[in-house]
Amino acid sequence: MQFGIFTVGDVTPDPTIGRTPTEGERIKAMVRLALKAEEVGLDVFATGEHHNPPFVPSSPTTMLGYIAARTQRLILSTATTLITTNDPVKIAEDYAMLQHLADGRVDLMMGRGNTGPVYPWFGQDIRNGIPLAIENYDLLHRLWREDVVDWEGKFRTPLQSFTSTPRPLDGVPPFVWHGSIRSPEIAEQAAYYGDGFFANHIFWPKEHYIRLIGLYRRRFEHYGHGTADQAIVGLGGQVFMRRNSQDAVREFRPYFDNAPVYGHGPSLEEFMEQTPLTVGTPEQVIEKTLKFREYFGDYQRQLFLMDHAGLPLKTVLEQLDMLGEEVVPVLRKELDALRPAHVPDAPTHASLKAAAESIREPADIDRPAVEVQGSAR
Amino acid sequence: MTGRNLAVVTAGLSQPSSTRLLGDRLAAATERALSGHGVEASVHMIELRDYARDVTNHLLTGFPSETLRTAIASTVQADGLIVVSPIFSASYSGLFKSYFDVLDEDSLAGKPVLIAATGGTERHSLALEHALRPLFSHLRAVVVPTGVFAASSDWGGGGDGAGALDRRIARAAGELADQVARNRPTGPLDPFDDVVPFEQLLVADD
Repeated sequence: MQFGIFTVGDVTPDPTIGRTPTEGERIKAMVRLALKAEEVGLDVFATGEHHNPPFVPSSPTTMLGYIAARTQRLILSTATTLITTNDPVKIAEDYAMLQHLADGRVDLMMGRGNTGPVYPWFGQDIRNGIPLAIENYDLLHRLWREDVVDWEGKFRTPLQSFTSTPRPLDGVPPFVWHGSIRSPEIAEQAAYYGDGFFANHIFWPKEHYIRLIGLYRRRFEHYGHGTADQAIVGLGGQVFMRRNSQDAVREFRPYFDNAPVYGHGPSLEEFMEQTPLTVGTPEQVIEKTLKFREYFGDYQRQLFLMDHAGLPLKTVLEQLDMLGEEVVPVLRKELDALRPAHVPDAPTHASLKAAAESIREPADIDRPAVEVQGSAR
Repeated sequence: MTGRNLAVVTAGLSQPSSTRLLGDRLAAATERALSGHGVEASVHMIELRDYARDVTNHLLTGFPSETLRTAIASTVQADGLIVVSPIFSASYSGLFKSYFDVLDEDSLAGKPVLIAATGGTERHSLALEHALRPLFSHLRAVVVPTGVFAASSDWGGGGDGAGALDRRIARAAGELADQVARNRPTGPLDPFDDVVPFEQLLVADD
């Protein structure tokens, strides 16, 4: 089981003091959080990708490359990489480069992006969101797996005898998650390729995600990647902790009430009841997070949103200490104990490399090659 | 007797509300007309005042609360819909419009709808034709020909008012009942149960 944090990289005024960090401060704060994540024993840091204010992370591989050089274990990921407006050729190149520099500690989460005006800045149209996600990813998938690609599609110029360089590290493409808030098409896409499915359920009630993840698991099995409970599922989460739950609520409420996404709408209490948000003690966070498994089945990756809505860096660093020291060790132990043996861990570069080698060079040539089901083992 | 579901969405703000009263009378008249077709109707009343905060929260967060979700489900799964808005500033009320704004695209497509409204004077009655009817046409609902407008004078003005309102209610309810009885009961398409296979998405031509 992997645990980590994801950030959208919003530059939001701190509502309690009215001060807005500079872009430079926010960028450095994001890096600081990634380093802290490794320091407190988390597994994953994922950055968003945005091309409009008030967000800073427009160039994820630049940031992740810098973090890669300053960490040893941390898996570097995205939340999300815009598969609609980025050229899939550039994604193939950038992330293969990052994969080499980070010694394989890289995976990606694909997302469509729901900000209409961004699409035309990159020559696209939001009305083609789903077809773009499908065509672009299909090309990306080939670019990482075929050394020479001839390709023609609707949304970019054709490719003749094109080789994307560098080739993926050890011939093993980065693992891909497909992130979705509401689209069954994306669950279907993840299932088709046997990729991971990340349900960012932090803003919406669980009933919706039970159905969306259920669809992904069912179709993962349908496409022959393994049984439904072996599908690779990731979930979002959003927490704010203090020793005493009243203190947590009192401190977090102004940030919640003014948050860019859901502020000025439902009350903190309503939102906690309806979504995965937990504002309370570390024990309450553990209790609520363990419920995710009951709703969605055994899963492989849990990412928490910790640093949005103008929370000061110092506060978020304290939160990461609590997350790493008090919450994640308990969750890791409990969830690992509950997980049946046939349910795989999230794929890593090492596991994907081993799986690829067991196909290329069967250990015993007298017997037929081991059929490796799914990308996870 | 076969069964059909009717949903009544009313957007009156006062309690008791003449908008709700008109909704009740249209529902009762539709039930009577359906029983003439050998169809038994069950009626779900959705008084939007009860969901005013939930509707606003849905606009902001993109998801419905548990209670609003139930109301939306009975709206989109109904075999026939009766909608009643007070006329504010020459059109439907903001709350009425917001409710239909948060429904999923296509969720009312093909659904028989009876439009109705209340107002202080008859002079607002054409709001049915220039506001409510185009809204539901846009949502690709099947709006029955007769819309029912009730002004203050219809409720107790004496003379012909009350009798004329009764006749309009009966005519509109009869039209809705005809549509509902003719259609087979249907729920909305469920995208999670009827998944489009990926090969089809890959070659989709749009």
